Amino acid sequence: MKKIFIILLIITVIVISLATMLVKNQSTESKLEILKHRYSKKHISSVDHAKFAILQQQFKTPQDVTKACISCHTERGKEFMHTSHWQWSREEYIKGRGVVKLGKKNILNNFCIGISGSEQSCNRCHAGYGWGDKKFDFTKQENIDCLVCHDNSGEYTKATGGAGMPDSAVNLSKVAQHVGQSQKANCGSCHFFGGGGNNVKHGDLEKAQLDCSRDVDVHMSGEGTDLRCADCHTTDHHVIKGKMYSVSSMNKDRISCSQCHTQTPHKDNIINEHSVKVSCQACHIPTYAKVNSTKMTWDWSKAGKLKNGEEIEEEDSLGNHSYMSIKGQFTWGRNVVPEYTWFNGTADHYIIGDKVDTSKPINMNTLHGDYCDPNAQIIPVKVHRTKQIYDTKYNQLIEPKLYSAHKGDGGYWKDFNWDTAAKLGMEGIGKKYSGHHTFVRTQMYWPLNHMVSPSDKSVSCIECHSSDGRLKNLKGFYIPGRDENSAVEFIGIGAIVSSILGVIIHALLRIFHNAKRNRKSNNLKEE
Amino acid sequence: MKRVYIYKAYERFWHWSQAFLVFFLAFTGFEIHGSFEFFGYKNAVMYHNMAAISFLILIAFTIFWHFATGEWKQYIPTFTNIKAQIDYYLVGIFKKAPHPTRKTELSKLNPLQKLVYFGLKVILIPLLSISGLLYMFYRYESNGQIKSINVDGLGGIASVHTLVALFMIAFVIVHLYLITTGTTVFSNLKAMLTGYEELEHDEDESEEKEKTNE
Repeated sequence: MKKIFIILLIITVIVISLATMLVKNQSTESKLEILKHRYSKKHISSVDHAKFAILQQQFKTPQDVTKACISCHTERGKEFMHTSHWQWSREEYIKGRGVVKLGKKNILNNFCIGISGSEQSCNRCHAGYGWGDKKFDFTKQENIDCLVCHDNSGEYTKATGGAGMPDSAVNLSKVAQHVGQSQKANCGSCHFFGGGGNNVKHGDLEKAQLDCSRDVDVHMSGEGTDLRCADCHTTDHHVIKGKMYSVSSMNKDRISCSQCHTQTPHKDNIINEHSVKVSCQACHIPTYAKVNSTKMTWDWSKAGKLKNGEEIEEEDSLGNHSYMSIKGQFTWGRNVVPEYTWFNGTADHYIIGDKVDTSKPINMNTLHGDYCDPNAQIIPVKVHRTKQIYDTKYNQLIEPKLYSAHKGDGGYWKDFNWDTAAKLGMEGIGKKYSGHHTFVRTQMYWPLNHMVSPSDKSVSCIECHSSDGRLKNLKGFYIPGRDENSAVEFIGIGAIVSSILGVIIHALLRIFHNAKRNRKSNNLKEE
Repeated sequence: MKRVYIYKAYERFWHWSQAFLVFFLAFTGFEIHGSFEFFGYKNAVMYHNMAAISFLILIAFTIFWHFATGEWKQYIPTFTNIKAQIDYYLVGIFKKAPHPTRKTELSKLNPLQKLVYFGLKVILIPLLSISGLLYMFYRYESNGQIKSINVDGLGGIASVHTLVALFMIAFVIVHLYLITTGTTVFSNLKAMLTGYEELEHDEDESEEKEKTNE
């Protein structure tokens, strides 16, 4: 009976462990294989634009190219003019503000601050032609720049300071004959270079991703699936999915990893369960700016130093600008470990005119969410910290005019006069400058979504489950290995220590009495 | 004195596998708690969970065994002689006084043991198991989605689990020491290993028992 019982017990244990192993072996690899297969099929265009007669002409202006495009794609122009790539603005509902129209058109950042007065330069990245000042006509279809997104020749570039016009060297006919689906390089021509240089803004989007190893970016690497941006950023009538919370505010039209990978992609269910509170990105993007550096701090207050009337430029050891007379002082980071914050998909922004407390850094954007918010997850962010110009009398941030083509036009980058730059920039948005400024600390949150590492390089458990780990600054909830309940520790450890002491004292007393007894009995014997 | 078969095969199997599991759970538990690094966090969690499930299976079989054999009656707490037992540990033991209660097959636990083991089986281990199960399953997968039970995170669950686990360790320390308080320092340990122990002979009782066994 007893033996049968023990045998039964052993059999049960074996059966259970085999069963759990079998369940776990349902391979996630095969899921990935299916995905890789699906996305490795390259798109074959149904038409060759080089064969269209209307494109076999010498185009004088880029607008003529757009007219030619629209002559066949008759409805696409109207469709495109509703998108944020054209409007640089969209309606957003923000709690506490209501519905506001926000976008690159009117929002401030803590890099080159805002476009007012500097449209000639900033609006190079507008998907249009000629937005150089307030008078730009947003209703003219021929001003749409189809080519910047659809050029497949690799030869199209926009001119510096050209308000979005193509570089004069571009052969428009050739480019027009080689159009197709947007490639990485099309999106990258703006999204890699935001803030005035490669990888300055995002930290996880840069030109190296056009040709990188899997370690840098498993999705975009040619060694990997070689995904185009638009494979994930799916598009419906020119509205492209995906939100950047430097300009976005609402929890909609977002992209998620789970749209391909499902919500339970791991073999280990404990890891799947983390997804309730932890984003995929938090573990799978262990560091960002893996190839080229990204800008971490920017001190505008140091700008304007000249040497014999000439501008100064200094570089750090990696060849990044550490000082520029026109912009001030910078620090850069490479292979940066992200900071972490709660995020539920909604954000607020500093909107010009907001009165703020300057005793602590001003948030250019505020990511909402906390542990108790069922929609919030821990996400990795790059935080860009700046000292930037602020109106001490009106208590608001200033949008200065930075760019001007010529000296004397008031742009800071030519004249190095903050007062004129502030006055002209604020006038451009219909606001006033008091004549008094200082520089205040601001910070801006850049959620990290790209540069996903291969799974074996992802963040390991102990990196968060320890008191000095990546999440040490995210307080208010319990993480095993990081947190402890001090009352529990006191009582529990107290119980253990007193048991040990009790046992030791008791044992010593026993030994002592034993020895005494032995002596006595020995004495008795001797007597 | 007579050599008596006091701990049955299953009982010993249960005791020693439980002992191993308790030590292993404590060790991996401390690693999960952040006290040191040994297996690596992920492995520590995996081993801790595997050991916990083994422990639960063992408990299930042992509960069955207790009821099937009637051994559960050994653990009904009694307050008779409890003062004598406490006096023995506090005073008598130093004078080599005799154990106040006699160990027999039918009553192998002294009143203090009965009380402590009863508390262990009815309070500590259930609390540890339930908080452990909640710790494991407060989030679970269902139809490709992760669901949660309605708790405000792990704080409460983890605190109960840790506190009870620390008490358990305190128990183990005292238990290990009290092993040495048998007839000789090693007699209790030997009994739990071999099943046999030299007990003061009680003619009527054990002979009767032997007869019924035959």
